[in-house]
Amino acid sequence: MEITVHGLWTMIHGMGFGALYLMACSGALVELYRRYRSPLGPEIKEEDERFLRIYLTAMAVLAWLTVLTGAYIIYPWYRAVPPPGTADLAAFPQRLLMTSPSTSAWHSIGMEWKEHVAWIVPISITMAAVVFSQYRRSLRIHPELRAAVLGFVWASLLAAGIAGFFGATLNKNAPVAGGPIIHIVQGDQK
Amino acid sequence: MSNQSTSSVPHAKLNPNGAGAAAVLAAGIGSFLVAVFAILADKVASIKSLMNFYKPTGPLSGVTTCAIIVWLAAWALLHWRWSWRNVAVGRVTAAAFILLFLGLLLTFPPLADLF
Repeated sequence: MEITVHGLWTMIHGMGFGALYLMACSGALVELYRRYRSPLGPEIKEEDERFLRIYLTAMAVLAWLTVLTGAYIIYPWYRAVPPPGTADLAAFPQRLLMTSPSTSAWHSIGMEWKEHVAWIVPISITMAAVVFSQYRRSLRIHPELRAAVLGFVWASLLAAGIAGFFGATLNKNAPVAGGPIIHIVQGDQK
Repeated sequence: MSNQSTSSVPHAKLNPNGAGAAAVLAAGIGSFLVAVFAILADKVASIKSLMNFYKPTGPLSGVTTCAIIVWLAAWALLHWRWSWRNVAVGRVTAAAFILLFLGLLLTFPPLADLF
């Protein structure tokens, strides 16, 4: 069992940071809605508030890690230009996708959308984390701010979902692989 | 944006909505600018080469760096202007949602290609 360094980084980016963010999003939405739906609801405990503050901050860190690893570690491997005359394009995912009309839209629509829309995620969740940390339980008496925080977290879920969907399908059609090989486990020989 | 108290609850006076409104509007601006800079870099060759901050990543590096810098600058400026007072947060939030919606929409390549 082995994995390439490029493949490992792609897993860390997509399944580590990205998928974890998507899962965390639903939890944040439920908590934000449940706690602040009514100004007459039960008193919010200090430790509950601290937990959600740390939770949203961790989501913001995850979102930044996802876009930064995507743009500055994996994307350069994805868009690498092969030397002239290269026949095997397996190590050049963008060029591989562009060679066939049946796969070129995965790049021209999928990657082009993903690489930009993903940046809306850290912007949105950073704002949500900062506003929540600043207002805490007084968000109950600022319904418009609460709606804005919820709306932007929903938007971040949508944007992360788009980026995640295209990330997964792109990697299925033209995997980012290559670099040194890491041997994880030596299998039995038949 | 005009001054306007949005709540009769006394606590709102102690904790004005301006800082939150600044953060919300700046996030809308940042989201919209990601799309605007991406379209500009795609359509104008000179901007495309200017946005090439980090060659392995290409123009995406400049597009996102510029959007983040302007987002943070707008946030700092709005915070400086609004943080100590209540603003018409309903209108601010509506503007932020419109910008966010446009940002999501205009990053979609078939729509961005209409420009």
